[in-house]
Amino acid sequence: MQLDDLYRRVIMDHYKNPRNRGTFGDDAVTVNLNNPTCGDRISLQLIVENGIVKDARYTGEGCSISMSSASMMTDAVKGKTVQEALELADRFSTMMKGGEAQFDDYEDIEALSGVSKFPARIKCATLAWNALKKGIE
Amino acid sequence: MNSTLLKEQFPILDQEINGHRLVYLDNAATSQKPRAVIEAVKRYYEWENSNVHRGVHTLGSRATDAYEGAREKVARFIGAADTAEIIFTRGTTSALNLVASAYGPSAVSAGDEIVITEMEHHSNLIPWQQLAIRTGATLKYIPMQPDGHIELADAEKTITPATKIVAMNYVSNVLGVVNPVKEIAAIAHRNGAVMVVDGAQSTPHMKINVQDLDCDFYALSGHKMCAPTGIGVLYGKKALLEAMEPIEFGGEMINDVGLYESTWKELPWKFEGGTPIIAGAVGLGAAIDFLESIGMDAIAAHEQQLANYAMDRLASIDGLTLYGPRNRKVGLVTFNLDDIHPHDVATVLDSYGVAVRAGHHCCQPLMRWLKASATARASFYLYNTEEDIDRLVDGLIQTKEYFG
Repeated sequence: MQLDDLYRRVIMDHYKNPRNRGTFGDDAVTVNLNNPTCGDRISLQLIVENGIVKDARYTGEGCSISMSSASMMTDAVKGKTVQEALELADRFSTMMKGGEAQFDDYEDIEALSGVSKFPARIKCATLAWNALKKGIE
Repeated sequence: MNSTLLKEQFPILDQEINGHRLVYLDNAATSQKPRAVIEAVKRYYEWENSNVHRGVHTLGSRATDAYEGAREKVARFIGAADTAEIIFTRGTTSALNLVASAYGPSAVSAGDEIVITEMEHHSNLIPWQQLAIRTGATLKYIPMQPDGHIELADAEKTITPATKIVAMNYVSNVLGVVNPVKEIAAIAHRNGAVMVVDGAQSTPHMKINVQDLDCDFYALSGHKMCAPTGIGVLYGKKALLEAMEPIEFGGEMINDVGLYESTWKELPWKFEGGTPIIAGAVGLGAAIDFLESIGMDAIAAHEQQLANYAMDRLASIDGLTLYGPRNRKVGLVTFNLDDIHPHDVATVLDSYGVAVRAGHHCCQPLMRWLKASATARASFYLYNTEEDIDRLVDGLIQTKEYFG
């Protein structure tokens, strides 16, 4: 097991310099999700207009994997249609199962591919994406 | 007591994890199993396996003798007056739920009080929460001191004549405190309440005498004390158990079944509906033999020494926060390292072959009390050594460098 497979520089950068951390007003779509087995929690806010995710922010607490994943996800979905955002979430899910997945439009996400080799940590990486799916629904 | 030699009796410990000799420090979650226990379960299935209390054939007698023999060992091990007071359950959780469900509703009604603490494991918190919701009783918490211990004066103030049940862990699975359950049982009794002790974290690590504690109920799990998973015990004072109605009905627990009503077997079988956890009980009996061959006082002394060694070494790491009282009587330490999330700490430690627990430890209210969303915990047992703790400390220093 190589720790660097899990904690790549890109991940640590998103962990230490989170993008889109914060909140909008009450009119944004808000999803609160937690991981009951470990206590990680995220509050995701989405601004969706005309079927397009205009903006996304999050607050929460958790490990480097869950928080960096939230940072990347909120960056990646901005400007995407709802359909495209869901498709991204599906691709992420494929990657977590160890499948081939490319994120040409937001390559940072591929740094999380190593998580699939750490079964105990997959739920950390998927927390933000589950919140996204719930928010869009 | 030679822990290095004891290690050899635990086959699972003889392996490498990620290229390093396994250092298992998650014993408060579950302990490893010695060869004697694994062999006893194997022998049971190869030589004795049958259903209990019904077969006329030889195997039926062997299985019954093995199962009831284990009950006698448990009774002796925890100092019960009578084997009828030993009910086999799936573990501490089902034992505590049995008390809450079978004793609770007859003892508690609207306006009464149930008293617990904020340091309880969810299994000794939610059953009482549910009982309070169902009956309209009030759930009260004995306040904790800043380091997590409980003052008897606070117990005196919280427990009143309206209190019907006091429930408390003997040893906290996070703070490592040993609660004064004997003294609190006396306070409970003075107020007419019963004392329920969650012994999941105490029974594996120290000598227990339920008659000396004078508790009314005592719950324990086998898997934390070298026995297989899926076997536990509820001890209850005979008079209380006799007055309680069973909550599981079916085979094994009946005396006479009619079309419209039935009667129950005597204690302890009336609470053991269905085919019991026979192999698990046999494994628990073997685990008790194993622990007694070493001596519970020797185990307790060894773990206390390890815990205080760990506290000293961990305190020397810059940026490490320790939770609970500084002076340890039991073998577990809970901590956080800088602002590195405990999951990340546990993953890095695992890459060095060191297994610790990270998370809320089934104690969400206590995590809020500690103002920590999660913590890391290293917990020791008879096979751990100071060298294991050195490996933990080395791993933590590596973790700091990695995330620094």
